[in-house]
Amino acid sequence: MVVALILIGLLVFLVLVVGGLFFGMYNGLVRKRVASETAWSDIDVQLKRRHDLVPNLVNTVQGYASHEKETLENVIQARNQAVGADGPAASAAAEGMLSSALGKIFALSEAYPDLKANQNFLSLQEELTSTENKIGFARTHYNRTTANYNEALQTVPSNIVAGMCGFQKRDLFELEDASQREVPQVKF
Amino acid sequence: MTESTGQDGGASGAVHEELPALKGLPSNLTFNDLIARNKRNSTLLVLIMFTLITLFGSSLGVILVAVGEQGSEQGIQMPAIVSGILMGGAFGLVVALIATVWSWYSGANAILRMTGSRPLSKADDPQLFNVVEELAIAGGVPMPSIHLIDDPAMNAFATGRDPEHAAVAITTGLRAQLNRDELAGVMAHEISHIRHYDIRLGMLMATLAGIIVFAADVGGRAAFYGALFGGRGGRGGGGGRGGSGGSNPLVIIIIVLAVVFAILAPLCGMLVRFAMSRQREFLADAGAVELTRYPAGLAGALRKLGASRQTLQHVGKSTAPLFIVNPMKAAVSRGRHDASTAFSTHPALSERIARIEALGG
Repeated sequence: MVVALILIGLLVFLVLVVGGLFFGMYNGLVRKRVASETAWSDIDVQLKRRHDLVPNLVNTVQGYASHEKETLENVIQARNQAVGADGPAASAAAEGMLSSALGKIFALSEAYPDLKANQNFLSLQEELTSTENKIGFARTHYNRTTANYNEALQTVPSNIVAGMCGFQKRDLFELEDASQREVPQVKF
Repeated sequence: MTESTGQDGGASGAVHEELPALKGLPSNLTFNDLIARNKRNSTLLVLIMFTLITLFGSSLGVILVAVGEQGSEQGIQMPAIVSGILMGGAFGLVVALIATVWSWYSGANAILRMTGSRPLSKADDPQLFNVVEELAIAGGVPMPSIHLIDDPAMNAFATGRDPEHAAVAITTGLRAQLNRDELAGVMAHEISHIRHYDIRLGMLMATLAGIIVFAADVGGRAAFYGALFGGRGGRGGGGGRGGSGGSNPLVIIIIVLAVVFAILAPLCGMLVRFAMSRQREFLADAGAVELTRYPAGLAGALRKLGASRQTLQHVGKSTAPLFIVNPMKAAVSRGRHDASTAFSTHPALSERIARIEALGG
C-alpha cells in the first residue's frame, strides 16, 4: 500500500518535471522565433525609411546638378524596383542596386561645391548614411537572432520539442560583404 | 598578446558571435553566457556588499558603544557590546535595503543629475542620435535616452537598471572632438555596457559603495568626537582610558576587531568594485568592436581621450567607475591614464588600445 503510494507520488513528480521542462523549452523556442521575426521586421523599417528619403534627396540634388540626369534616374528606378520587390531574395538584390546608385550620387556631389554646402543635402546625406548603416546592423542582428533560434532547433534536448511541435528552420540573410558598414565606394 | 583570436570577421563572425578571447575568461564564452554570468555576479556582489555593510554597521555599533561607555565605573560590559553589534548590524542592513530599492528605481536619474547631464532630442544633434540608434540596432537593445554634459572635459558614460531603462551621456568636450567613426566607437562601448548589464551593477555598486564611504566618514567623526569629549559621566582625559581596564578581555578583542574592520571595510568594498570595473571596461571595448567591426574608431577616440588634460566638474568617487575613462582629477590632469593598480577603476589606456587594435587582426 505504502509502496504503491510512493510509486504514484514518484510518477506524478516525474510527469510534473517532464511537463515543466517541455513547456519551458517550448516557450524558449517561441521566444527565439519571435525575436528572429521582430529582427526581420526591423530591417523592413529601415528599408522603408530609405525609400522615403530617396525622393527628397533626388529633389535636392536636381536643383544643383540637373545635367546628371542619368544618375538621378538610375536612383529613382532602383528605388522603385526596391519598393516593388517581391520576396526576400528579390528585395535584397534591388536594395543592393539602390545602395550603389546612392553611392554614385554622393560621389558626384564632390564635384558640386554648392551642393556640398547645402544644409538640406548634408542632413539628407547624414540620414541616408545612417540608414544604410542601420540596414546593415539590422541584418546582422537578424542573422544573430535567427542563428540562435536555428541552433535551438538542432541541439538536444530542445530539438525534440521543436520536432514534435513543427518549428521550422529560418533562413539567414546572406551578407555579400563584411565591409557593409560603409556606403559603397564608386570609381569612375 | 593572446587575445587577438576570436574575430573571424564577416558574416560568419556575426552568426556565431563568439566574443574575442579575453584574459581570464574562456575563449568560447558566448554572449548569452556572458550576460548570465554578469547577472549572477551582480547578485553575488550585491550580497557581498550587503554583508560588508551589515558587518560595518555592527563594527560601528561596537565602536560607538565602546566610546560611549569608556568612562563608566565597571568598564565596558558584554551586553552593551552585543546590543551594539545587533543594533548596528540591523541598522546597516535596513539602510542597504532601502538604498538598493531606491537605486533600482531612481538611481539612474540621480546619477544623471549628479553629473549635470541634460536630455537631448534628435533635432539638437541628429548625427549623435543616428549613431546611437545604429548601435542600438546593432546590439539589439532599445534606443537609450541621450544626455549631454556641459563640460569641456572629455568623457561619456551609460547608466540604468536594464536595457529598457537605459541612458547614455556624453560631455560637450568629447562630442566636439570626435569624428563619426570615433563617436560610433565610444557609443558602441556604452551600448555594450548596456547590453552586458554592466549598468545595473555599476549603479547598485555606486550606491552601496557610496553608503560605506559615507558611513565610514560619519562613523569616524562620531567616534572621534565621542572620544574627545569623553563618555558616560563626562570625565575628561586620564580617567577615560583607565575605565576600560576593568573590561572583559573578550570585549577588548571584539572592540579591536571592530576598529580593524571599520577601517578595512570601505577599502574592501572599493577594491571589489574597482576590480570588477576594470574587467568590464575590457569587455565593453571588445563588445564595441564586435558591434562596429571597426577597431580604429574606438582606438582613435581613446587616444584623444588620453591626450586630454581637462577635468570633469561634477564627479565623485562613487560615479567615477561609470565613465569610459577615469574622470578623477589625479588621473586626468597628470596624464596618469597609463597606471593600472588595484585602486584603478579603469585599466591602463595604452593596454586597452593595444587590445582593441589586436582585435582588428
